[in-house]
Amino acid sequence: MSETGTLKILKDGVWTQNTGFVALLGLCPLLATSNSVVNGLGLGLATTLVLLMCNVAVSLIRPLVRPEVRIPVFVLVIACAVTAVELAMHAFLPGLYQVLGIFIPLIVTNCCVIGRAEAFAFKNGVVKSAVDGVATGLGFLLALVLLGAIREILGQGTLLGQADLLFGEFGQYLTLRLIDDYRGFLLAILPPGAFIGLGCLIAIKNVLDARARRRAAARPATVLREVEA
Amino acid sequence: MMRFQAVTSPHVLLETSVGQVMRRVLYAMLPGIAALVWFFGWGVLVNLVIATAVALVAEAAMLAARGKPLAPLGDSSAVVTAWLLAVALPPLAPWWLTTIGVLSAIVVAKHLYGGLGYNPFNPAMVGYVVLLISFPREMSTWLIPRGVGQAHALTLAETLRAIFVSTPVVDALTGATPLDVLRTKMGLGFSVAEIRNSPVFGLVSGHGWEWAVLGFLAGGLWLIYTRAADWRIPTGMLGGLALISTVFYLINPQKYAPPWFHLWSGAAIFGAFFIATDPVTASATPRGRLIYGAGIGVLVYIIRAFGGYPDGVAFSVLLMNIAAPTIDLYTPPRVFGARRG
Repeated sequence: MSETGTLKILKDGVWTQNTGFVALLGLCPLLATSNSVVNGLGLGLATTLVLLMCNVAVSLIRPLVRPEVRIPVFVLVIACAVTAVELAMHAFLPGLYQVLGIFIPLIVTNCCVIGRAEAFAFKNGVVKSAVDGVATGLGFLLALVLLGAIREILGQGTLLGQADLLFGEFGQYLTLRLIDDYRGFLLAILPPGAFIGLGCLIAIKNVLDARARRRAAARPATVLREVEA
Repeated sequence: MMRFQAVTSPHVLLETSVGQVMRRVLYAMLPGIAALVWFFGWGVLVNLVIATAVALVAEAAMLAARGKPLAPLGDSSAVVTAWLLAVALPPLAPWWLTTIGVLSAIVVAKHLYGGLGYNPFNPAMVGYVVLLISFPREMSTWLIPRGVGQAHALTLAETLRAIFVSTPVVDALTGATPLDVLRTKMGLGFSVAEIRNSPVFGLVSGHGWEWAVLGFLAGGLWLIYTRAADWRIPTGMLGGLALISTVFYLINPQKYAPPWFHLWSGAAIFGAFFIATDPVTASATPRGRLIYGAGIGVLVYIIRAFGGYPDGVAFSVLLMNIAAPTIDLYTPPRVFGARRG
């Protein structure tokens, strides 16, 4: 049963079925908040938490919910989870809460949350659903952080700028100034930079996947040839 | 690898290749470039050389990376893109500015979309817009033209130092373009007539600029004469710009600049004959080309008069590039013998 094993779920969520690069769900928050690593990290963590809470809750209430009314129930569950996460961020990370603004409550509308509830959590047990929620969230986090890193380096010449929003006092020492006296490539910070950057990342992922497939295809062929010889 | 040689019909004596048309565009730009060099100095030429070199290297690298033969390098299309962009840059643009612009044009706008003939957007204008929104300060620092103020011509060595080592040029030598002046002074409440008294303005539009415009007009008319460019696009664009600027000028001549000023300043003439006429990205049908040109002309005026940028040719061309396939869809030429209507 390795097909549905925990590792497979993790690999699907983070890489094979990545929400940002493959399914292209939740593009609005992905493109809008990925202008720096810290913003991406903050929204990615919040989304992961919401996904975990929703998947666990949906999976637990499976026996109680009739399939005809499942979508409104999912929406209620997601809205509750997002509200809880929003209030928690408002209380503990006010700086980041200010920066991310409307995009935290908008996690409610992120298609990948309701998508995982419908496609996975409603059909699987609690543990698997929890793993799936975390894996999908980490995949989204990966997309957000990678895109955020590219845009922040090109646009401002820094990495982990304003890290104190997320890590408190300690964060100030995390900021890396990669290029001194950098003029800033404004396009990377502006919306077009998000689209172009995401396009390049998807292209890179496709190249990596194609290379992996070629290597996998080449291996059995050599074995066969040895047998024939 | 199979190669298909395109052969023209036996009764057609004059064979026009892509390379021939591209070289004609280059020749046609020479008079305007000469005027720019006279008024703004060596920087114009240095920009052209940097842009050409970067464009050829980028084109060769992209052709190699895509596994294509290097033969298209000889058709000069990359050089045309480089020149169109370089002419639009400030004369003392730092070398990295020109390089980033040309790379965006050749690598992103041309080859990532499939190379010559497949790009939906005008490569040179993509490069220009990338620079304009990324580096607004560098892109708006123009030299004062020869004959205005106490400007002295920079020597070649001074120009090279300004471009490559980015030694700051004396502030007295740089200034705003006429369209910039018009826009800022208009915001301060001056009338058009008062603004026109400013020394950067010449007989019709900007001092110095107006002669470059004349050069580009001459080259452009020659392009039309040799059929390297379709007359419908410049006619549509300049007609559209003239029409809308006349309407607003008649409504309030105090607040809106006269139509001849709009036609003769900024990149209007240059854009109409050299940029909008790019056969790949423009509309392909005869009626469609008139509409395509008129759309650019009207958009240029709207951006100049009401938008956030002093000139809008690049944005207008890109916007109409998006519209070109739709325009083509609704303006198919009538097949001979088919019913009208």
